[in-house]
Amino acid sequence: MTNDSVSATGGATTAAETQWDLWEVFTQEGEGAPHEHAGSVHATTAEHAMQNARDVYARRGKVVSLWVVPTGAIVASAPSDAGPLFDPGNDKAYRHPQFYKTPRGARGL
Amino acid sequence: MSGNREQGTGNRDFNDGWVAGARPATATSGVAANPFFEYLLRLADDRLVLGHRLSEWCGHAPILEEDIALANIALDLIGQASMLLKLAGEVEGNGRNEDALAYFRDAIEFRNAQLVELPNGDFAVTIVRQFLFDAWDVLVLERLTAASNQVLAGIAAKALKESKYHLRHTAEWVRMLGDGTAESHARAQRALDDLWPYTAELFLGDAIDAAAVASGSGVDVEALRPRWGQTVEQVLAEATLAVPKDGFAPRGGRTGRHTEHLGRMLADMQSLARAHPGAPW
Repeated sequence: MTNDSVSATGGATTAAETQWDLWEVFTQEGEGAPHEHAGSVHATTAEHAMQNARDVYARRGKVVSLWVVPTGAIVASAPSDAGPLFDPGNDKAYRHPQFYKTPRGARGL
Repeated sequence: MSGNREQGTGNRDFNDGWVAGARPATATSGVAANPFFEYLLRLADDRLVLGHRLSEWCGHAPILEEDIALANIALDLIGQASMLLKLAGEVEGNGRNEDALAYFRDAIEFRNAQLVELPNGDFAVTIVRQFLFDAWDVLVLERLTAASNQVLAGIAAKALKESKYHLRHTAEWVRMLGDGTAESHARAQRALDDLWPYTAELFLGDAIDAAAVASGSGVDVEALRPRWGQTVEQVLAEATLAVPKDGFAPRGGRTGRHTEHLGRMLADMQSLARAHPGAPW
């Protein structure tokens, strides 16, 4: 059955016929918590993506909310942008929160 | 050796029937000594048999995500069956637990509708069968949440959440297959035409059902037919599939008369438990 690749067009199967779109899945593990990237699923529609995300990433554990996003809708930084975008400025230590001592009595921070 | 007790139970049932030339009371008689036990077996066996059928897809579904989805549904159904069989064993009061009822009854003692024991066929057959069952199952469970038997009501409440998702999943697949390619449409329509006659049995009530309804822990399945028809016909319309005409309708599963397919399925399903009775895994 898995080898049954009869094409609707009668010819060789195309990628569009055998490959579903990719969707990125974000799960939230509690109210107020951030939605975090969990992985990706293949699906044909948003509803289908939601179901597959639920089955693959949300059936175990304590997920309370799901987002699915078409992978193509994500704008990603390029590896070559790493310098300009992410150079943390280590020469200016005062820019990092760790530079500052936590006041006594503020242990919950 | 920890399995001796289970083995003894299985052999005793078998030998008693063989030697005395009589089946256990639950096997063939339409009027059972314990109608609520019979009723629970019907609820449980639908789930056990369908769950096992779905589990046969594990590792074979057309795509990874669907493989996981079908396995999830199978596990839900088998979990429901386990709870219902445990309750059935307690109601029967003969010391049979859920494992004894699942693995040491023969086909003639199973009470599932014939629809759920049919072979998986292609993916369209599996999906259409599941959809037709889910649309019925949600209606049954909705009513059982108000059962006078509190354990049954609790099982139904848990199962209802699961089965609503099953219906959402399989309805979406019916739409995708029916309104998909010419090939998927043809296969879905063929599956629907082949399976439709078997749905009639889901709505046949008898004295067992009536007794359960009278006790406040049953469902009048005949009354569910109009709402089931609405749900199913709406999805089929969206899927551009034609609703088959009602005609000849096989029946008998509820009283132990099954297709040839159930015995073979059970031989597979029960072989491990019977070869190693009582083995935990």
